[in-house]
Amino acid sequence: MILLASAFGQQALAHYLLLSGVLFVIGLVGFLSRRNLIVMFLCTELMFQAAAIAMVAAGRYYYDFSGQVFVIFILTVAAAEAALALALVVLLFRRKSTLNAEDWRELRE
Amino acid sequence: MTAAGLVNSMVLSLLDKAPPMGVIPDTVPVAEAAVRPELWWAGLILYLPLLSLVLCGLCAAFKVKTKLPAWLTTASLLASFVVSVMLYLNHEPPGYLVPLLSWIDLSWAGGDFVANFTLYIDSLSLLWVMFVTGLGTLITFYASEYMEADLGKGYTRFFAGVSVFLFAMVALVLADNLVMLYLGWEGVGFASYWLIGYYYQRPAAVAAAKKAFIMNRIGDLGLALAIYLIWSTFGTIQYDELMVVLREGSWAESYEGWTIDVIPWFLMLAAFGKSAQIPLYVWLPDAMEGPTPVSALIHAATMVTAGIYLVARTYEFFLLSPESLHVVAWVGGLTALLAATIGMAQYDIKRIMAYSTVSQLGFMFLGLGVLSTYGAVYHVFTHAFFKAALFLTCGAIMHGFAGQLDLRKLSGLIRIPGWRITSIAMLIGCLALAGFPLTSGYFSKDAILAEAFVTQGPGFEALGWMAIFTAFLTAYYTFRVWFRVCAGKVEYEPGDEHHGDDDHGHSDGHFHPHAPRFAMNFVMAVIAIGAMVATVPYFLDTKADEALAGGWVADMVHDSTARGGLPGLDGHGQPISESGAHDHHDHDDHAHPTILGMDPHFAMYIISGVVGGLGLLLAAWLHLFRRQDADRLRAALMGRWWIAWLPRAMERKWYVDEIYIGLVRAPLWVASHLMYAFDRFLIDGVLVDGVARIPRLVARWFQPLHNGIIQSYAVTMAGGLALIALLMILFLQFWNIGGGG
Repeated sequence: MILLASAFGQQALAHYLLLSGVLFVIGLVGFLSRRNLIVMFLCTELMFQAAAIAMVAAGRYYYDFSGQVFVIFILTVAAAEAALALALVVLLFRRKSTLNAEDWRELRE
Repeated sequence: MTAAGLVNSMVLSLLDKAPPMGVIPDTVPVAEAAVRPELWWAGLILYLPLLSLVLCGLCAAFKVKTKLPAWLTTASLLASFVVSVMLYLNHEPPGYLVPLLSWIDLSWAGGDFVANFTLYIDSLSLLWVMFVTGLGTLITFYASEYMEADLGKGYTRFFAGVSVFLFAMVALVLADNLVMLYLGWEGVGFASYWLIGYYYQRPAAVAAAKKAFIMNRIGDLGLALAIYLIWSTFGTIQYDELMVVLREGSWAESYEGWTIDVIPWFLMLAAFGKSAQIPLYVWLPDAMEGPTPVSALIHAATMVTAGIYLVARTYEFFLLSPESLHVVAWVGGLTALLAATIGMAQYDIKRIMAYSTVSQLGFMFLGLGVLSTYGAVYHVFTHAFFKAALFLTCGAIMHGFAGQLDLRKLSGLIRIPGWRITSIAMLIGCLALAGFPLTSGYFSKDAILAEAFVTQGPGFEALGWMAIFTAFLTAYYTFRVWFRVCAGKVEYEPGDEHHGDDDHGHSDGHFHPHAPRFAMNFVMAVIAIGAMVATVPYFLDTKADEALAGGWVADMVHDSTARGGLPGLDGHGQPISESGAHDHHDHDDHAHPTILGMDPHFAMYIISGVVGGLGLLLAAWLHLFRRQDADRLRAALMGRWWIAWLPRAMERKWYVDEIYIGLVRAPLWVASHLMYAFDRFLIDGVLVDGVARIPRLVARWFQPLHNGIIQSYAVTMAGGLALIALLMILFLQFWNIGGGG
């Protein structure tokens, strides 16, 4: 236990969290800058994974398996949501033959 | 039928129970009334009208288009009448109780509240229930023909209403407690609303129904408050217990307060509402919008006497505070005069009869007020017959002449074939109403008028002369109708109500009145005979107390709760003294009152006979022999400014409706519109809408964010998250607590 804890100190945690933050920001920027629905969807997946990495790292650091449990949940939900979201994208595409998000502004009402 | 049955039963009962002569039943039984459950069949009087209501409902459900509902109702009411007569033949004073159903029976530590469906059978309730069911039967039979134009339309509804009315009226009369009386009281008000508004397509009928209902509600408020105060003061609302409590006088030991002075005033308000006295009388003339049998049954013969019944039933409360009786007498006398003056100047014969009903009810209240409960009850009894006769004949005329009721447009009916019974029945009714010597109305009115001179009270003598003047006016306006409509040469114009049947023979362009047929003629004849025979009870021997003049009706009153108002008896129904009881003019403080130096009872026979004759002669001059004189007189009056206001005001009913509109309706209208504005602008505008506007305003700030661009949402979300994260970091650093440090 002590051995494990020392092998994964604050230094390692900081690296992992940095990786997670970078990944999240890449996803966010991608989401904000792109208009293609599929790309935007992939960007949200990136942000998901960033959160998952932060969870796993924190769980490892605190020696608490809750982090890993959460990640399993996140993956499951993400898989289900991917199926749903891609289906929605397909439907939207069939309607207007476009993947541009701005063409769907009328959905606000 | 009714009258003959009554006389038979009276004679039988007298043969049955000949009283020991000379024995005055001087002590009033203080024990509670006996309970006689073996007389359960008395409940049939109550159940039979209810049964006919159910049957009428079935007729409506099966869309019966025949006269079946009329026959069912008539049969039930006839059975109800037969049961009442049987009950009378079984009757022995004092009153007793017949328990039917347990209704309200509460008790707790230190008190109880009992109001069961129990019948209180004493001579007063028997008298009432007999003429209510008897006249109800006859008038329903009459209506079976009168309403035939509505066969298949409102016919069933009409008879269902009559059944409801009779159930409620009988419940009112036979109740043994004030709550059951209240049930009947509200029930007759409701039935009256139902039947006045029978022609619901006519706005006038709807307005009249509402007016009657609302006016009655004012009186009902008085009754409800009186019941509450009686219960809280005396601890019971059952008559037999109340009488025991009142006569023992034990309540007075622990009593301090004001309630006994207030109870009679509330009871009075209730009675004035139901029996159409000042200030609540205006509904009754308007109630003539209902079908005529309803006017005859409810608004002349039975329901409007409920107020008299209430006062007679609760007379002991009035005796506890004598000034309330003075008010009753004055209100009655003034109403009689006011209504008579209005009746003089109307042209609609049904409306004249309505005002004469108000006027006669005023006489009855005068009788109650001057300690002549006997006179009041006798007048109720005779009035029920002769006024029913008058209304039914008016109804026959209205039926035959297509709704014509204007006495200027009808003349000489007695000479038209088929109208003889109508005219003669009307003549008999008119004679009795006018108080023509030896008619029933003559004796019953005299009993009231004479007592006004005997009894001590504020201005009672003036009141008596006023009532005599009113009797003169009554004779005049009554015969104004008869001479105009029934006598003279034959002339008529049809009214504007052409009901479906072709009897009028419009095909040849001429109007032919259709005379009443069997049912209507039969009933008019029977009731007219009843109006004549109603004199007989006056001459029957008095068995209870031979010092009492007045025969059978006086007996009936003597054995009831209203005995306090009989001459020769003091407030608690005890004889004033053994010797005084034999000469009932010996009132303690007013020995030997006289009119013009004569004994008042004797003098009144002459005075009222002369006065009635004079009124009749005046009417004969102006409306039979020299009709043009009436027009000339009218023109002469209208031409002089200093007198012209009088006939004009009488014709416009003394502007009472207008005054009520000014005093009550206009202020209420203004107040309701102020309330409306308050509700609309302050409650709705400021409070409700104002509060609702706040979230909308707040939302308006954030509305631009909702633009449909996903990226903008994402920025907002990310910005929000960043903001929260920033705040958390600041927060944690500021307080220097938690994780990082």
